[in-house]
Amino acid sequence: MAKHHVTATINGDAVEFLCETHQSLLEVLRDELGLTGTKEGCGTGDCGACSVTIDGRLTCSCLVLGVEAQDKSIQTIEGMAAGTELHPLQRKFLEHAALQCGFCTPGILIAARSLLERNPDPTEEEVRYWLAGNLCRCTGYHKIVDAVLDAAREMRRE
Amino acid sequence: MRELRYEAPKTLKAALALLSGANGHAAVLAGGTDLLIQMRAGRVEPGLLVDIKNIPELTSIVAEDGGFRVGAAVPCMELVEHEAFANAWPGVIDAVKLIGSIQVKGRATVGGNLCNASPAADSVPAMIAAGASVSIAGLNGGREARVEDIATGPGETSLAKGEIVTSFLLPRRPPRSGDAYLRFTPRSEMDIAVVGAGVNLTLDDNGTCTGARVSLGAVAERVLLVPEAAAALIGTRVDDAALKRLAAAASAACRPIDDKRGTREFRIKVAGVMARRAAEIALARSLSDLAPTNSLRKTARKQKSI
Repeated sequence: MAKHHVTATINGDAVEFLCETHQSLLEVLRDELGLTGTKEGCGTGDCGACSVTIDGRLTCSCLVLGVEAQDKSIQTIEGMAAGTELHPLQRKFLEHAALQCGFCTPGILIAARSLLERNPDPTEEEVRYWLAGNLCRCTGYHKIVDAVLDAAREMRRE
Repeated sequence: MRELRYEAPKTLKAALALLSGANGHAAVLAGGTDLLIQMRAGRVEPGLLVDIKNIPELTSIVAEDGGFRVGAAVPCMELVEHEAFANAWPGVIDAVKLIGSIQVKGRATVGGNLCNASPAADSVPAMIAAGASVSIAGLNGGREARVEDIATGPGETSLAKGEIVTSFLLPRRPPRSGDAYLRFTPRSEMDIAVVGAGVNLTLDDNGTCTGARVSLGAVAERVLLVPEAAAALIGTRVDDAALKRLAAAASAACRPIDDKRGTREFRIKVAGVMARRAAEIALARSLSDLAPTNSLRKTARKQKSI
């Protein structure tokens, strides 16, 4: 069967790719487009390591088919820093040592940015609720939540 | 690997033609959060995926007859963020918010939650309690059905081959109405209901319950509407005696399985507790419509702290 020809926008750039029906968006990002910042953890939507946004909506890219990306605008971790300048969330994750192995970090950063876009001043509980779909087996979450709250503070210029 | 065709029709008519014309198994793809996992696990092997997310009437929320028509392919997060809907049906929103993570809710749809036909689906008891109906389209015409009549058993529905659930209709709410959904799970997020309970009730201006619907999830082969539990509330002021009868009727309606998430005995007991607590929240919400000077308001405030 012929592959699907898909056109989409990824991190602001127009892209086109070929994919089979069964290929997930995650597989397309990593294997077809070389965007390996987005990670595969569970492949069943439980761990959040593959988080991206599609038309601004936070999503597990393992639960989306590549072909479903037609005409969509996708944001991945590769689009988070502005050139060499880190996003405040990325900087705060380093300052707070909010990562150890780092495998969950791209997904958590994408999820946290999605939260702060909707709610610039979240409570700790709201941060924990929003990030409940992102598993981290290293940090115990505390430093992650601290980093997100601190980044939110800085982004509000307090 | 078997050949897998993908189509994303822009009209309902085209989607129905694709589903009816398919050789072998054709699957409707809405959010995909259940279907894609089932396909990868080899539990379903469709030869055709019909993506319904490009069909406008399936992806919109509109006012209708004082109520709401919710497209079956509306993602859960859109429903949660729809202020008018969330204000009118807080119990449906309680339930939708419990479905998976924010990521999963960004894709998963209430239509998919219903048609996946899990007895533990969170939105289904809330929709049944709300008295929601669904519109079903097929090549031979459309029909309406009650939400409680869709699932017939785990993974099984009353839909005929080629039929699609296109939307939910949530009716106009009388004043002094409230609904709530609660579930029991070992952890607060990212879990599957051991028991779920949805309650929707309406009071008259004296605080007497004039209408109620109670629905239980994860206690039978499908989500149950429990008229006996609702009858325990109707005609009462939803006082302690009525709530006790409600809990007993809810427990009596259960015919659960034993599994790793809960024993039969535990589920039967907890169903009564969850139904009672959901009724207390629904009551508090319905009382918020009454005049602030009314003494019932104080009861509401007290009960919010449960």
